[in-house]
Amino acid sequence: MHTRSALSLTAAALSAVLLLSACGSQPDPTAAAGEPVSGGTLRIAYDTDPQCVDGQQVGQNTALNVTRQVTDSLTDQDPETGEIVPWLAESWEVSEDSREFTFHLREGVTFQDGTPFTSASVAENFAAIQDLGARATQGSSYLAGLRSVETPDEHTAVVAFEEPNAQFLQATSTMILGFYSSQTLEKTPEERCGGEIVGTGPFTLESFTPAESASLVRYDDYAWPSSLARHEGPAHLDGIEITVVPEATVRNGSLSSGQIDVDTAVLPQDEETLEASGFPVLSRPNPGMTYNLLPKESKPIAEEPEVRRAISKAINREELAAVISSHQSPATSVLSQSTPQYTDLSAHLAFDPEGAAALLDEAGWELNAETGIRERDGEPLSIELSYWQTVPFLELVQQQLRAAGIDLQLDRATLAEHTAAQESGDLTFDFYNLTRSDADIIRTVFDARARNVNEREPSEIEDILTETTVTTDPAARTALFEQAAVKLIEEGHAIPLVELSGVWATSPEVQGLHFEASSRVQLYDTWLAGER
Amino acid sequence: MRLTPTAALVLRRLGHGAVVLWAAFTLAFLVLYVLPGDPVAILLGGDQSTAAPEEIAAVRAEYNLDRPLLVQYLLALTAALRFDLGSSFATGQPVVEAIGAALPSTVALAVAALVPAVVGGTALAVLAVNARRPALRALLSGLPGLGVALPTFWVGLMLLQVFSFRLGWVPALGAEGLLGLVLPAATLALPLGAMVAQVLLRALDRAWREQYVTTFRAAGMGRPRLLLSHALRVASLSLLSVAGVITGNLLGGTVIVETVFTRSGLGRLAESAVSSQDIPLVLGIVVFSAVVFVLVNLATDLLYPLADPRTRPAVRAAVRRAAEASAEALPAAGAEANQTHSPTPTRPTEEVRA
Repeated sequence: MHTRSALSLTAAALSAVLLLSACGSQPDPTAAAGEPVSGGTLRIAYDTDPQCVDGQQVGQNTALNVTRQVTDSLTDQDPETGEIVPWLAESWEVSEDSREFTFHLREGVTFQDGTPFTSASVAENFAAIQDLGARATQGSSYLAGLRSVETPDEHTAVVAFEEPNAQFLQATSTMILGFYSSQTLEKTPEERCGGEIVGTGPFTLESFTPAESASLVRYDDYAWPSSLARHEGPAHLDGIEITVVPEATVRNGSLSSGQIDVDTAVLPQDEETLEASGFPVLSRPNPGMTYNLLPKESKPIAEEPEVRRAISKAINREELAAVISSHQSPATSVLSQSTPQYTDLSAHLAFDPEGAAALLDEAGWELNAETGIRERDGEPLSIELSYWQTVPFLELVQQQLRAAGIDLQLDRATLAEHTAAQESGDLTFDFYNLTRSDADIIRTVFDARARNVNEREPSEIEDILTETTVTTDPAARTALFEQAAVKLIEEGHAIPLVELSGVWATSPEVQGLHFEASSRVQLYDTWLAGER
Repeated sequence: MRLTPTAALVLRRLGHGAVVLWAAFTLAFLVLYVLPGDPVAILLGGDQSTAAPEEIAAVRAEYNLDRPLLVQYLLALTAALRFDLGSSFATGQPVVEAIGAALPSTVALAVAALVPAVVGGTALAVLAVNARRPALRALLSGLPGLGVALPTFWVGLMLLQVFSFRLGWVPALGAEGLLGLVLPAATLALPLGAMVAQVLLRALDRAWREQYVTTFRAAGMGRPRLLLSHALRVASLSLLSVAGVITGNLLGGTVIVETVFTRSGLGRLAESAVSSQDIPLVLGIVVFSAVVFVLVNLATDLLYPLADPRTRPAVRAAVRRAAEASAEALPAAGAEANQTHSPTPTRPTEEVRA
């Protein structure tokens, strides 16, 4: 895949040279590979409505991609290594028991309304997120058990928790815990959703019209980029225009005809054509939990460990690669490859039809030669799965399970119907992914004392998960999450299928567009070559 | 004080309108609540939310969604009577404000589509009726059927492909002003114009076979003059009677056209409100659409007498009086006698209700 994208980049550069050499008035195209230039407006097309642009409230990627430009965070996370590095906090100390975090803040940082960013800003923002309750769809869990935020001086903030909370440091790198000015925090949650947000970030939000567009302009006084940034001072771009374009054909046509610079949701069938005509296609797997089948173990069938394990063994994950985007991979763990604590567990996810058959035989599920479906006491081995995502690979999973004598009934519903089905408590299996650039997402989803997606009794897994909250040593933490993931897979609590990857395409002029650690974008370093 | 016949008609129609509004509100409310789904779960991100259940319950209580259905209904209804349609679940924007913001763009689109649709549809119908050669006539008469059958969605994408992506004459996204209106209006005008042409063609055909036409032709009146000054006027009555249907098509068409052309407006608003089960916003849009229908029907009722004197309330009263008188005395001439030479008047309102 690396060779491929390198090739297509070369192709893009070549075709740009050929195109531009035809018209003399254009600036030197080799500038594309050279020094960044300032200016220009980046025109981005979204496929879905962000609805609410307040990152402290929502979890949608489209919304968080807006918020990331408007707010900064205490720390940043290196997408390559997963390491937490300085941003608005120049340094920090974590107490031995991971309950207390002391941040030393950068001086001279001001919000876009001119007010200074201080330790008081940290205290009032965290308090505001707690006040949001369920409206802080992810922030409330990041700050669960927050005891106090002390501000010994303007540039020191001490965040203390009731319980050990090792995940908190990574949480401070997200836009979900980004900072707003005091005035913003006085607004109602609805007003903030509607675009009344003022942060310390490199772009200010000029306007936001739900379901339509958002417009951002450069914050000229900006001088405190993350330590991962590739330049200093204000952003390169004059501004960013985001338009919601629900039609994939229209997005694709607009990109090819130069009417937009970035399409954030490329259809798999358009990828090749775009790359061939010099439009770079970018992608990064979303870190966090991959698309998993999640058994509800208080229900019949799902309660049987043999059946759960047999399902996992009957799935040929390599074969799934054929029906997903070339930029997407089958799952090799409960976590995706881009998660910092990821380890390759494909050995535990091998295709093993004989093993699956043996497990099912042992559990008394016998093959009915007529229907091809296994039965026990006249009951067929049939599972119903309700889901709402656009995930055609599930149909291949269905065929693979059928070959093992398991009847998977797929019921694609609207999001509304699906959430209703989830709440009715009748589902025997759930199916989703969850994005976070920290393996703590496993604890959020599987911990029998938290969401308890499996509806099971606490076991050894909970002991391991508790230990992750006290462990700050990265290697030790990764090892713990690996132990937990192996148990989740081997006991059939998680049946990983495929990783989620957003696939973007840009015009050849767009430079320096990178995904950050949570696979959202930071446009501070982005620039337009040959800019008008 | 006695009401004039017109005032009585307006009052009666407004009374009907109020009932229609209430029924639309109640039906939409019931459908929204019977549908499976939980707007709060959607609002809070569904699977993607890591919030605790009791926190989610608190938000549900905030929207009164934990109260019994009847209580929720009465709360919503009494608020609506005070012109308070609540705020969108998804954005928190007051519903009235959201509709008000989306309206101008949709009205511009509707007018820009309606004018060429009526003019073009009428021109096509007149040309088709006037065509001497049977082949040409058959061809022209066949066009409206094709126009109605083409999917709006496909037409929009084709127009974009040619005029925006290939030729680059118009921007595909975010075009303001007249230039941005051309393609969407054309897309929406096509099925509407075809419908207008279909209705007029049928009415003109009928008018052409009327006795009075034969009389005029026998008296030597030319075909074009007869068509334009008499037959078309009569035929336009049937167009007026489908005004409600045209309005419906127009409103429905904006959902597709605004989505394909990435335009803001009521159609886009409706689409996103329905898909996220934004109950207050959907209710608001349903009520607003019902108001539009009631007003269009009222306007049709008031316009009808202008085009057709026989349906004027005063005339109808006179006819009724004359008929009563004639039952006692000799058959009266005048208005009634006229009728034998004219096409049967169609009463607009019943047809439109459908």
